[in-house]
Amino acid sequence: MFDKVGRSLSAAVTATLVLHAPAWAAEPVKIGVIAEAQSVAGASIPQAVQLAADEINAKGGVDGRMIQVVTYDDKSSAADAVRAFQRAVSEDKVNLVIASYVSEVVLALMPWSARLKTPLITPGAASNEISANVHKDYARNKYTFHGYLTSHALAQAVCDSAKETLVGLLKAKSAAIMSEDAAWTRPLDAAYEECLPKAGLKVVEHVRFSPDTGDFTPIYNKIEAAKPDLIVTGIAHVGVQPTVQWQNQQVPIAMTGVSGQATSSTFWANTNGGTQGVLFDSVALPDVALTEKTIPFTQTFTKRFGGAPSYAGYMAYDATYYTAEAIKRAGSTEADKLVEALEKTDYTGTVGRITFYGKDEPFTHSIQYGQGLMTSVLGQWQSGKQVAIWPANVATGKVVLPPAVKPAVQ
Amino acid sequence: MIGLQILVDGFAISALYALGAMGFTLIFGVSGVLNLSHGALMVTAAVAAWAASAQYGFGSYAGAAIGVLCGLVGALVTYFAVVAPIERSKAIPRAEKEIFVLTGTLLWGIMIQQLVAYFYTDNPKTVLPLIEGVVELAGVRTPRNELFTALVCWVVIALLWAFVNKARAGKVLLAASMNPRGVTLLGHDMGRIYIAVWAIYGLLAGIAGVLLGMFLGVSSYSVGPLTASAFSIVVLGGLGSVTGSLIAAYVVGYLETATAYLVSPAYRVIPALLLLVAVMYLRPQGFLGRR
Repeated sequence: MFDKVGRSLSAAVTATLVLHAPAWAAEPVKIGVIAEAQSVAGASIPQAVQLAADEINAKGGVDGRMIQVVTYDDKSSAADAVRAFQRAVSEDKVNLVIASYVSEVVLALMPWSARLKTPLITPGAASNEISANVHKDYARNKYTFHGYLTSHALAQAVCDSAKETLVGLLKAKSAAIMSEDAAWTRPLDAAYEECLPKAGLKVVEHVRFSPDTGDFTPIYNKIEAAKPDLIVTGIAHVGVQPTVQWQNQQVPIAMTGVSGQATSSTFWANTNGGTQGVLFDSVALPDVALTEKTIPFTQTFTKRFGGAPSYAGYMAYDATYYTAEAIKRAGSTEADKLVEALEKTDYTGTVGRITFYGKDEPFTHSIQYGQGLMTSVLGQWQSGKQVAIWPANVATGKVVLPPAVKPAVQ
Repeated sequence: MIGLQILVDGFAISALYALGAMGFTLIFGVSGVLNLSHGALMVTAAVAAWAASAQYGFGSYAGAAIGVLCGLVGALVTYFAVVAPIERSKAIPRAEKEIFVLTGTLLWGIMIQQLVAYFYTDNPKTVLPLIEGVVELAGVRTPRNELFTALVCWVVIALLWAFVNKARAGKVLLAASMNPRGVTLLGHDMGRIYIAVWAIYGLLAGIAGVLLGMFLGVSSYSVGPLTASAFSIVVLGGLGSVTGSLIAAYVVGYLETATAYLVSPAYRVIPALLLLVAVMYLRPQGFLGRR
């Protein structure tokens, strides 16, 4: 019995090998995409990868090899994502995986990327832990690439933009940090605590709340009692509810920071315009030409999928392109060679110039932050549109005060 | 000052809890059904109101009406497609019907949740409030919408009370919840009473859903927590007792608000859950339970 199974198995294996060998030259490059298909931020990931793959394939593929995209929905669950990763590698034989905007999910996938020696790029998770883990155990975790900014860099961008645009305008001297309790906001809040005072803003209140909070009234009342001049947010799992309640209650304090949902083009409709005046940090905005590739990508994407890409969509689109370039440089999809080639990435994509931090830097394999490299954009919702406020060279408008905020008198 | 804030904020949220839980307990009282798709029906109403006003341009009043209507239709579909077939089935032994209804409505709720997420994503949505702006109530800046929510809840609760206690049809409902056999002997058709009670439930769940959408916002993720919160309020108040649910809703609402203000917003639901455990130990039938 066992002998029979064994024999037919080995026959099958031999047959597969024989069948595959001559087809080697035209074998496709397989990219697995694991993402949160039902959430706005996550849904853009498979769409953007598919769009990039179609464009590359239309131009002849990667050295004649077509890119084939295999997508999996992880339903925002780390367990589902891990199962998808295992399936992607062992059954669907993908060469590389682009996965998720949720830090918890990516942190759960990292050990699998190491065990199964399959490169992993996240186009949207922010936790410092991802790249810090690569730094700590490079030999093991080098297969993971943090294809987005770390929480540390995001906080830096918020502080830089606040210092240059808001502090003067609002005569702001103090700030309150308001963050959801999640893996990505711990390092974000720590970096805020460090960089806000340097930007001239004393931190007078720091609220961390559960991501399933529904009623934000007590939180705003607590913040108001501390009399800050600015609220600095770290939110992505929540967004609509705090924004709408901020507007309904007419909280007289301007809000800036990282608000994942505010980057989405549907946020105005989801909040019924409650987001008027909300400032948020984003990797790109639909009408802002960060590079010559930004606007064409946004337009093609919007035409094909009926809405602008989320921030993770931009990052996933670029990730597909720099992966294709890396495969060309490596001349192979073999994992170690591909990792080596990815490390040499210097690609100008839709969000700026993408390069990765090296082995000796604390955030190994994370995208380098800085002027001339990749920064982020401070946007503001104004009458249904996302207007770029900062940095000055890409600005499309000026800050307007939110409806309930009185101009500073001094 | 903080005491006043708790008083004002707790009032509206408690009224909303009460409205949500009342239909739930009414159904249980009359037909013995625990409807675990309750949260899904509220979310359906809220998302329908949002979609009608924000996506299809119906305006806020028409949108709210469409939302309530969807709650009503959803409740009737739940009854005819899920609950009634199980109760009529000869293949399911009588003793196991309750558990089948529980499982059936739970699965139905999950199906609705997934459909909402599929068509409208799982991002939260807020329904355009009918009234905007804020008023100062003894120094507490309160959104008019919050007062409006509390007012509508109380008007609907009062109407329900008047209907059940004064109108003839309402008295039949009340009688049915006390002694179904007696009502049948008086010549009333239980089938029609069930449909009436599910229709009333649908209206209540629809109104509560739309108001929740205006006040706090909902997403497909709210389905589970909404069912759980209605369930624990109803258990606390006493299964089947409408007045008990009203009291329990205010106890839970104020306990949560006080915790959020005095301890931390992160722990707002914990004391209410502890209270539920304590009540289960000391008074398993709930505040005003009869069974």
